[in-house]
Amino acid sequence: MKGSRKASVLPGFGLSLGFTVLYLSLIVIIPLASVLIKTAGMSFTEFWAAVTNARVLAAYKLSFLTAFFAAAVNAVFGLLVAWVLVRYRFPGKRLIDSIVDLPFALPTAVAGIALTSIYAPTGWVGSLLEPLGLKIAYTPIGITIALVFIGLPFVVRTVQPVLQDLDKDVEEAAVMLGAYRWRTFRRVILPELIPPLLTGFALAFARGIGEYGSVVFISGNMPMRTEIAPLLIMTKLEQFDYAGATAIALVMLVISFSLLLLINYMQWRYSRRVQAG
Amino acid sequence: MAGAIHAHLSDAASDRPAHATESRGVRIALITVALLFLALIILLPLISVIVEALSQGWRVYVESITEKDALSALRLTLITAAIAVPLNTVFGIAAAWAIAKFKFRGKNVLITLIDLPFAVSPVISGLIFVLLFGAQGLLGPWLAAHDIKVIFALPGIVLATIFVTFPFVARELIPLMQTQGVQEEEAAATLGAKGWQIFWRVTLPNIKWGLLYGIILCNARAMGEFGAVSVVSGHIRGQTNTLPLHVEILYNEYQFTASFAVASLLVLLALVTLVVKAIVEWKSEQRSAGSEGGTG
Repeated sequence: MKGSRKASVLPGFGLSLGFTVLYLSLIVIIPLASVLIKTAGMSFTEFWAAVTNARVLAAYKLSFLTAFFAAAVNAVFGLLVAWVLVRYRFPGKRLIDSIVDLPFALPTAVAGIALTSIYAPTGWVGSLLEPLGLKIAYTPIGITIALVFIGLPFVVRTVQPVLQDLDKDVEEAAVMLGAYRWRTFRRVILPELIPPLLTGFALAFARGIGEYGSVVFISGNMPMRTEIAPLLIMTKLEQFDYAGATAIALVMLVISFSLLLLINYMQWRYSRRVQAG
Repeated sequence: MAGAIHAHLSDAASDRPAHATESRGVRIALITVALLFLALIILLPLISVIVEALSQGWRVYVESITEKDALSALRLTLITAAIAVPLNTVFGIAAAWAIAKFKFRGKNVLITLIDLPFAVSPVISGLIFVLLFGAQGLLGPWLAAHDIKVIFALPGIVLATIFVTFPFVARELIPLMQTQGVQEEEAAATLGAKGWQIFWRVTLPNIKWGLLYGIILCNARAMGEFGAVSVVSGHIRGQTNTLPLHVEILYNEYQFTASFAVASLLVLLALVTLVVKAIVEWKSEQRSAGSEGGTG
């Protein structure tokens, strides 16, 4: 009999965990800490001035709003795509399911120039909308479209497995009890889909706030109007304003880490609920 | 998170009795809207790259991708991926082994920390290495004194790429190895197998498809990274330009056809990645179908 702590018979715990922690520290933790060290060298007034400057605030606002709207669009259409892929049969379904992952695999710069060429006033879609007085490229709408492209797989791939495993019996029971389809969806199916939808929304939103490559080409990059926060960091770096760039970066890091913690918490709570039920 | 292989489309979920699905009209309407949306957002950009790249014929296309600067960008991209991907693969396997096969305190904290690079903007992923190794950086004076160049050179590009692609293999393997449990390995250990023997003979055959997909996705991201590499590269043509950066330079110089031609190489990379993913899913589906119907 072993003692109260059950030791594993498997080897390699010390080696694998030691290497993991060492590599994690060297590649991720120490480099990220440099942001804190750099901002610690600034006085609070300097820091505050750097992050509340009108141009910086405009960039934050733009990044937030476009990422929020794009994530909202993805929550609606991502749910629709997941629904159609899981529930219905139609030709080419497998191919379309694969295509959903394209934004994960396609380099962001390629997505950026492709979307710009389509939505520019001379492009395939842009030229159709130009006579209607609707400009997409070089406006916040263009930025939102790029972020919709980037964020779509996050929503589809978090909703899809839940929809797939949804209990058929509950739906059938609702029908037996006389509920109409739409009512069944709203009262029985949708509540089950809210947790994965929120997770997908948060993932797409977090990705959208920091996104750079797909946005810089289509945004037009006008200060105060179409300049996103990551681009402003880039601009400050090019002007050798390292302190200013780092201050903006710190604010963004705090926001995205909070989002990450929130997402992990939601997933943890959800998996507990599933196990309990 | 970003890359995990998720639910496979099963026919069981699509086969539904008429009273538990929508009417034919609603079904067709929903499918149409979903397909139109995907066409507009995903398919159209893909097609536009190919059309623009070939807009001046094959000769211009071939010239654009075999031009001197394009080839040196391709070489740098390949070198970067050849260093970053194996390192992150070894890390991913080690991390998944520790997390999935053992119990220890702080495991959830460790998993969250591995996820961190996903939450960091690409531009900030580059910035942190400038803050460490740049001329004004923490280690800058020391590096300058020893005549070592990290920023605006290959080491900086590799470091930024490793950071950005850090979680991919680990993220793919951790859930996979967690669901597989430790029974097979423990049985092997009880029968006297040594550490590496257990890994090569028992674990690796079980995880090989997930591992392959993790590596392929990590590679696609490593070759395609733009924002982080853009910060640390310095954009020196023919020297510190990767393929995505070369696409940007050509585009900003209004050499659109050449820019899209180089971009089409990266589209190819993305398509290969998706095909490998489809094969991996197909293989693991076959496996689970086999184990359900067979001996178990």
